[in-house]
Formats: sequence, C-alpha cells, structure tokens
Amino acid sequence: MTNDTLMWRIAGGSGDGIDSTSQNFAKALMRAGLDVFTHRHYPSRIRGGHTYVEVRASDEPVRSRGDGFNFLLALGDSFARNPQEGAYYGNEELKPLTENLDDLNEGGVIVYDTGQIEDDELAEVDLEARAEENDWHVYPMNLREIAREHGSDVMRNTAGVGATAALLDMDPGHFEDLMRDTMSGDILDANIEILEAAYDRVEEFDESHDLRVPTGTHDGEQALMTGSNAIAYGALDAGCRFISGYPMTPWTDVFTIMSQNLPEFGGISEQVEDEIAAAALALGASHAGVKAMSGSSGGGFALMSEPLGLAEMTETPIVLVEAMRAGPSTGMPTKPEQGDLDFVLYTSQGDSNRVVFAPANVEEAYEQTRAAFELAYDYQLPAIVIYDQKLGGEMRNVSTDLFDREPAPDLGATLTEEEIAEAAHHESGKFERFRHDPENGVSPRSIPGQKGGRFLATGNEHNKVGHISEDPDNRVAQMSRRARKLTSIREELDAKDSSHQTYQGPEDADYGILTWGSQQDTVFEAVDRLNEKGVSVKALGVSDMMPYPEAEVTEFLESVEECVVVEMNATGQFRGLTQRELGRFGPKMSSLLKFDGEPFEPHEIVEGVESSIDGGQPAPHNVKYVPAAGD
Amino acid sequence: MSAFSAIGEDRETDREEFTPGIEPQATWCPGCGDFGVLKALKQAMPEVGRTPDETLLVTGIGCSGKLNSYFDCYGYHSIHGRSLPIARAAKLANPGLEVIAAGGDGDGYGIGGNHFMHTARENHDITYIVFNNEIFGLTKGQTSPTSPKGHKSKTQPHGSAKDPVRPLTLSLASGSSYVARTAAVNPRQAKEILQEAIEHDGFAHVDFLTQCPTWNKDAKEYVPYTDIQDDDEFDFDTGDRMEAAEMMYEAESRLWEGEVLTGRFYHDADRPSYGAEKRSVGEMPEDPLAERYFDDDAQWERTADELIDRHT
Repeated sequence: MTNDTLMWRIAGGSGDGIDSTSQNFAKALMRAGLDVFTHRHYPSRIRGGHTYVEVRASDEPVRSRGDGFNFLLALGDSFARNPQEGAYYGNEELKPLTENLDDLNEGGVIVYDTGQIEDDELAEVDLEARAEENDWHVYPMNLREIAREHGSDVMRNTAGVGATAALLDMDPGHFEDLMRDTMSGDILDANIEILEAAYDRVEEFDESHDLRVPTGTHDGEQALMTGSNAIAYGALDAGCRFISGYPMTPWTDVFTIMSQNLPEFGGISEQVEDEIAAAALALGASHAGVKAMSGSSGGGFALMSEPLGLAEMTETPIVLVEAMRAGPSTGMPTKPEQGDLDFVLYTSQGDSNRVVFAPANVEEAYEQTRAAFELAYDYQLPAIVIYDQKLGGEMRNVSTDLFDREPAPDLGATLTEEEIAEAAHHESGKFERFRHDPENGVSPRSIPGQKGGRFLATGNEHNKVGHISEDPDNRVAQMSRRARKLTSIREELDAKDSSHQTYQGPEDADYGILTWGSQQDTVFEAVDRLNEKGVSVKALGVSDMMPYPEAEVTEFLESVEECVVVEMNATGQFRGLTQRELGRFGPKMSSLLKFDGEPFEPHEIVEGVESSIDGGQPAPHNVKYVPAAGD
Repeated sequence: MSAFSAIGEDRETDREEFTPGIEPQATWCPGCGDFGVLKALKQAMPEVGRTPDETLLVTGIGCSGKLNSYFDCYGYHSIHGRSLPIARAAKLANPGLEVIAAGGDGDGYGIGGNHFMHTARENHDITYIVFNNEIFGLTKGQTSPTSPKGHKSKTQPHGSAKDPVRPLTLSLASGSSYVARTAAVNPRQAKEILQEAIEHDGFAHVDFLTQCPTWNKDAKEYVPYTDIQDDDEFDFDTGDRMEAAEMMYEAESRLWEGEVLTGRFYHDADRPSYGAEKRSVGEMPEDPLAERYFDDDAQWERTADELIDRHT
C-alpha cells in the first residue's frame, strides 16, 4: 500500500493557493496515466487557518482518500489569524508541518518550507526523534527563497511541486504543460523557472526514501472533476436551462458552475433573496415550460420545504439538489455528514411524493442528476439529488465517455396544442389537466401560452380542472393517482438493465455491508481488503432513497447472516429507512457511524466490521458501533 | 409556428372570456371588496388586448388567492406570500406571457415582504395587485401589516402597538417603476389603473383597497375617497421620484386618519424591465426560453462538447 500508491498531502494556509496547486498536481498525475482522488480539508474561513488537500494516485482504481498519507508538502500559513482576538498575528510557518504529522504513515516523506521557520521553533517540535521513530524521510527546503529568486514568495507552491516531482521521479514536463494552459507572460516564465530550480535543488539531498510514483495508462481520455461539476453537467445535459439559488456551502459549487455556464447554453440563472424564493422561481419557470432546478444545503433546504410540498400538490416538475454538511442548524459548514436524509425524505406537510437519489461518486452524480430530471418531468413531481460535502468537493478522474451522450431537452408529459384540442375539457372550457384515470398516475399537462390548455395549478386539493375541492371521493382519487406515480417509477427503475444500486464482493459472502452516498466507494475498498484478509463479506451501495429499491435490498439482506450499515451520521438514518421500508431485518442490522466531520477511512470500516463480527469490540476512534436491535 | 399560439393572438376579447363558466360560485362574503378587483380585472384585460390563454395569474393564499378560481386564465394558486417569485420566473421563462400576481396585505406586505422588495428592485415586467383590506380575512380577523395602530383583534386584544406598513412608500423605495392605489368602491378608476399597470413594461404595483365587511368594520372609511389625478389640489409629477414620494407619504398618513387618496402615484416609463436588462448583459436569451423546448430544430449543446475539455 505504500509504494504502489502515492498519497500526497499539501498543507498550508487557507487562501494560499493550496487548492489550485493540488488540482494541477492531480491533473498532472492523471495525464501521466494514473487514477486520482482528492480530498479537501478546509476551515470555515476565507483566509488563514490550517487547510490541506490530499491527492491519492495509483495505477489501479482509487476509491477513497485511503488511510493516512505518505508524502507531506508543508508550506507556511501566511494569513494566520486568531479568531477570538480578531487580530492578525503573523505567519504560522510551522503549523502545516506540525498539524499533519499524526496521520503521516510510516516510511513517509516530508518536504517542508524552511523559509521563515526559526531554529528554536523547530527544536520544540522534536521532528528528528519522531522521524527516526516512524522512518520518515525529511527534506527541509527553503522554498520561499527559490520562489523569490525567480518570482515572488507566493509562488512557493510551484517550488514545492518541483521538489515533489524530483523526489518522486516524475517528469516535470506535465506541470509545465499545465502552467502553459493557465498562465502566460512573466508569470508563466517565473513559475517554470521556479519549478525547474526546485527540481534541480533536490539533487543536493542524499535521497533515502523509496516512495515513487507508479506508472500507469488509461484506456481512454480522462477528465478530472468534482461531484459538483458532475451534478451541474448532468443537469445541463438533461436540458436544464434555469437555475435559481442562494449561496450556501457546499451547494454553492453547483450553483456557481451552473451560473457561469447557463448563459453560454442559452439558459438563465437567478441569484435571489432567499431559498424560499429560489425554489419558488424554479417552480415558476417549470410551470412556464422550462427544465428548472434549485438547491441548497441543510438550513437553506429547510426554507424550501413549502415550495417542495407545492410542487408535489401542483405536480410541477423540479429538481432540487441538497448538499449535506454537518448539522443540526448551521453545524459545521465545511465538514461532510449524511445527516439530512430523514429531512430530505419527509420535509413538508402531507405524504411525501418525491424522488430522492443519493449518488455515490462523480460518475453517479452525473448519471443520477440526469435521471432525476427525466423522472421529475416524466412524472411531474420534485426529484431531489442528495449528496454531501465530501462528494461535492472531491475530484476524481472519470472517462470522458461518460459525457458522450445526447442532451435530453424533453419536457416529459406535456401536450402539443393539437393534442390539447383533442383532450377532454370541462364544459367551462378548462382543460382537464388533473384526470383521475392514468394508470401510471401521470396526467399530461399544458403549458401557459398554449391555446385551449387553461387550468389552475393549486396547492389546495383540487378536481380535474384544478378547481379547489374538498369532495371526499375526488380527494381519494387524486391522492391515489399521485401515489401511483412512485409505484410506477419503482417499476420503471426495476425494469431497467442497469440498477442505480452497486455491489462489491463475492456474491456468496457470509456478511454484508449496506451503505449509501459518498461512503460507498470507501466501503467497497474495505470490502476488498476484508476479503483479502479472509473475511467473507460483500457490500451493497444504495442510491435510490425514494422510491426505495425494496426487492434488491431484501434479496441482499436475505443472503447474508449479518449486515453492518455504514453511514456518516449519529442516528443511523439509512438503517432506519431500510427497516421502515422493509419492515423486517431489524435483528440482522448493526450500524457503524461516524459524525466527527471527517469521512470514513477504509481501515475504520475494516476494523469496525471485524469487531462487529467478533461480537462487538470497541469501534475505532470516533466511530460509533450500534448493535442490532435485540442484541 | 410558435408552440404557444395563444401568445400575441390578434383578436378581440371580451370580459366574458375571463369568466370560468358555471362553477365555482364565488365564496367571498356579500359586500366584499374582492368582487371589485375581479370586476376591474375582467374589464381591463380585453382593453389590454390579452386573451385568457396567454395570461398567467399567480396568486397567494387567503381570500385574495381565490381570485384565481373566479378569473379564467392559466392560473397558479401558490402559497402564502410566494406569488411573486413564481410569477417572476414564469415571465423570465416565457416573456410573451402576460403575468399578473395577486395577493393580500398579509400575503404581500407581511410574509411575502422580502419578495416584494426584491421583485420591485429588479423591476420584473409583471403586475402585482395587492388586495389591501387591512385585515386577515380568511383566518377570521387578525391584525394585518396594514391594520391601523390601535386596531383590536383576537391576536392584539389591547390594540396594535405597531404603525402600519406604508405600501406605496415601501414600493417606491424598493424600486417599483409603477405605483398606484385604487379602491374597489370606484370601479372605473380601478379598471383604468389596472389596464395601465398591465400595459406598463416593468414592475407595476397596485395597492388595491378592498373593504372587508365581515372582519373590518372600519371598511366604510374607504368611502368617500379622492382621485388625486382628478383633483387640482394634488398637482405633482408622477415621473419625479421625490414628488411622488412626498405625495405617497401624505396619502398614507391621510389614510390613517380616514381620508382616502387614490390614483397613479409614480410612473417611470423609461426604466428598462429586468428581462431587458438581463438580455443586455447577456444573461438571458433573446428568444423565449420556453419556446426552445417545443422547437424541433433547436440546437441543444452537449456538455461534453463544450465543457469537458477544461477537465482533461
């Protein structure tokens, strides 16, 4: 696990270019033929404060951030600030080094910027002793000085990348190419000089480590992108041309990507006064005949519960995305959690009538956003894509073939004017938009401006033409018809060749792991490791939250002796949903939960499952084990 | 041919076209001012030349929301306070539609106050009619944002300690490009004001005074009233913000004292609507967005062709 996989961590101050540097680094590795995965850790502040990004790369598929890391590039924090005193108190050059040592694996490599570190400060850290104990290989370099010689202090990121490339035997040409893509003139020249100078400077060291970048090849062209990118592109390809929103982390990424691109695609983006308005605008645009979306994160989504219910009752199609962060309330804005599942499933008054998908990774984010639009418009109801800060922010390489498909601008169950003319009308001239009889629950709609298609959409219970009605028979007929939609959707999804649910591990395994959303691929990595260790286990990653894939999950649970449900929240919401939907399996399911603001690492799942099978040993640090009901 | 052939249809309409046949019967109380809004709107629409199939009426909740049941066009009866954001987006999606939003004083100046401010600021090309009867009617008589100070109700049994909202002043300050006040007790002026508001290219706000004979016995104060355009005493320039602001402030103060001044208070015919502004900065397509979905020849760019290169 050490030499075939690079787990590079760049650490520094928030606002010091850590993000862009890591993106370029990941892209260079991808272009070199490797599979890459990035994990971002950042504080809820604009500038200053400790931040890091991990880039994991391997010649084999990488499913998660991995356990710990094996290469640290520590740059100084230039914007350190004490939030309590509100005062700027200078650089914290040492912090990126000291804050990260705990997770550095044995045999790891450290490059740190000596630029502004005082000797006496360093002495306090006891770096030498720790390095010897853990077999770390330490390369102190004055990266600031190199940067300053050819350009300026801020370019020390480039120096760090140059040093990394030299220490890992990477071709610096990949980095030069990337710089040429994004820079020009003096800045470009300076950065290339810095890259080369740092690369050469490494020769001064007597290299003692054996960590090298593996060589790899890809079958086809790869694209490096985040889950947020994939959701936005899925929406665009689905024909979405209207978005309305209000900024909130981490949903803002999707909103921003859409806003930057929609005008080019002939669409409209609206930043509005609040999230109630945001969802209401999406309804207005959709009612007028445009594919529309909105979204938010926890607190903002709370405000959308009114328009969400209105969409169900008026049968106005919309797609909402909900980017989870740790809650309750404003919680931890930049930390992931899967704590909003119950909320997203049942928000708003009355019986929920919506589609909820929880994609597991970048590919699924694209595909299921497309699917959400298709179902929302075909069945005239809200579809929600729920994901978390981890998936939204992590970058992975995906085959460009994923995006090679036709746009889907179809508005679903709408009528042309010719069809409206032949459709049933009430004697008052109103079009019977809400007919009781469709078997799949969908009565086709007209769009304002179409001749002869007048009807009233209302949040009150209503009759066939949309007039408010409290007639008991009409109520039962309308409720039953709307409920039939979810049944039809489940049937449609089950009949498809490919399911949204994903499996890993041997089919005849004794034990099962059930998981959902962004934890899926980490679980899958753990499943492989467990099987290598002789533990017979398989996993099912569920993406359809509503309507629930009852048959698939039932079959899976019936086939195993015990099942651990892995999720990132404190109460086991997905386990609860599964029990609620299936009405049994309570005694078979235990929970492995994490809610400290960090996603699972594979080893935590490995240890958790082993201890669960052994009969409930204490789970790893910050992981909570909840035994099965009745245990 | 357009998928929305009702839009821009060149033909005569009459008010009967906006009457939804035999049902439902209006459930407003006898003597309710809301009948006056309905009547004025039905008279204004044929004058504007718009047909029911090209008109979208978006309403909130309450007695005012019922307008949608008695006025026949495309309708969206939404939720309390949220008519404006829905109406705004419908207009952006299809600028060819005649979009009218309506709600009550609680709906528009209370729960929907934030949307009111921002819709006015952005100057969307929609008409907004606020049924202002100074009371919550459908929930049976609670104090509303426009109820007079000292007003006693079941929720303010000691009399309201709050000054009422000043809808006209608020509207102007927020950025409305057309602001008027009319009253159900004067159908002719009401019809003329609504016609002008609907024809106005920008956000037109009409504060429509409606009496509530059931819950607000002070409704009788709306009679008699003065038309500021007909009365020489009120000579001011409706295109001048400062003069309009002064006139509005006076009108609102006098209303609190029981005297009703109605008419057009502000009219800025030069300010481009939001859609025009958005188009001019390249944030909105030239042709109605909604049309594209029905146009078989429309070019739908693939994300892969346009964007994926940046990621490779």
